[in-house]
Amino acid sequence: MREPEKRSIPPIGDETATTLLSELAAHLRENRTLLRQEWAQRITKAKLLTAMTEQEVFTEATAVYDQYVEALETGTFEALQAYARNLSERIIPRGVETNEVVGIVLLLRDVLARSLFAKYQADFAKLNRILDAYEPAANRIANTVAVGFVQERERIIREQQEAIRELSTPVLQVRERLLILPIIGVIDPQRARQLTEQLLLGIRATRGRVVVIDLTGVAAIDSSIANHLVQTVEASRLLGATVIVTGLSPAIAQTLVNIGVDLRKMNTVGDLQGGIEEAERLLGYRVTQLSARDEGAEPRSG
Amino acid sequence: MAVPILKQGENLIASIQSALTDTDLVTLRDALVDKVAALRIRGVIVDVTALDVLDSFASRTLRDLAHMIRLRGARTVIVGIQPEVAFAMVQLGLTLEDIPTALDLEEGLKFLGTRR
Repeated sequence: MREPEKRSIPPIGDETATTLLSELAAHLRENRTLLRQEWAQRITKAKLLTAMTEQEVFTEATAVYDQYVEALETGTFEALQAYARNLSERIIPRGVETNEVVGIVLLLRDVLARSLFAKYQADFAKLNRILDAYEPAANRIANTVAVGFVQERERIIREQQEAIRELSTPVLQVRERLLILPIIGVIDPQRARQLTEQLLLGIRATRGRVVVIDLTGVAAIDSSIANHLVQTVEASRLLGATVIVTGLSPAIAQTLVNIGVDLRKMNTVGDLQGGIEEAERLLGYRVTQLSARDEGAEPRSG
Repeated sequence: MAVPILKQGENLIASIQSALTDTDLVTLRDALVDKVAALRIRGVIVDVTALDVLDSFASRTLRDLAHMIRLRGARTVIVGIQPEVAFAMVQLGLTLEDIPTALDLEEGLKFLGTRR
């Protein structure tokens, strides 16, 4: 997929660039302790990675530094990319922002460039060649790390969206054969589809006989969602389950009437409590209160 | 493919094992309607668990079957409609309106048992 990364850095003719880069890498290895320290200090000074302790910053900085030098030398970015992804995975949950990650990589690039200036300031032509080799490679590295971070972030966001979507349609069992499906918030077509799917699978899995769909938390629905709701009720019946819809707001009731719903198919009760009572009646349960005398004689703990 | 029809007490159980052609369905309908009176049957269960599609012809045949059996003095219950099949059916407007349905064979038997 990412062809260019496999190539080494071309500009002045491969041979020279490669030799220059290895010379450069040797220099960076030699001054590893010093440069790394300077980098870590500048990170702290720039108030980046504040979510992490100094010790952590230093450890990560060491690893990034070594990966960086290696990527410069070999011109292959796979290891760095993998590391960047792994690092992102660890630091994203701690609230590290994209600008911080880009910031530290650019800082390192800066620190290293300065050290190169210092080393080659006597020989301007050589410094030029070194920078010609260094800059594109360093840019690529910065790019790789930033892209790795953003991709990881997006992956996490996608996962969370998925999780939220699943959480948004819980099918709960309240009694043997009795399910409730409380819906809160806006129902969009995708959520409606998922809701139906979860409900039908839930009926199958828990052998539900009666389902209470509670719409108390839904302010309004449009007519296509209303139709979908009616279809869900009918599909549930085909699986042998009775659906009771509760908590219809006036707006939803109006939408249902407008689409001309067949009221014989729709079993509706005012609120969730009434719905559950109706469901219990259908299932043959009778809930009775313990008499006051019994309660007095044996006070319940808790 | 012929559908085996089992007699269990006062009930008949037709358990569909694989996809059926239209002819198979009509054969099944006629066989069931025929046996209801011959064996003094009270209830008929058609198990469609194995079907992953129920088209308009199949739905109509099942509905006709249920109505004919009712006229012959027994009740019909369709059991084992898969969730995906159920939703596809309602989207096509095939809701088997007045025919009892149940989750599976066990539920179907229970349903027939309570409505003696």
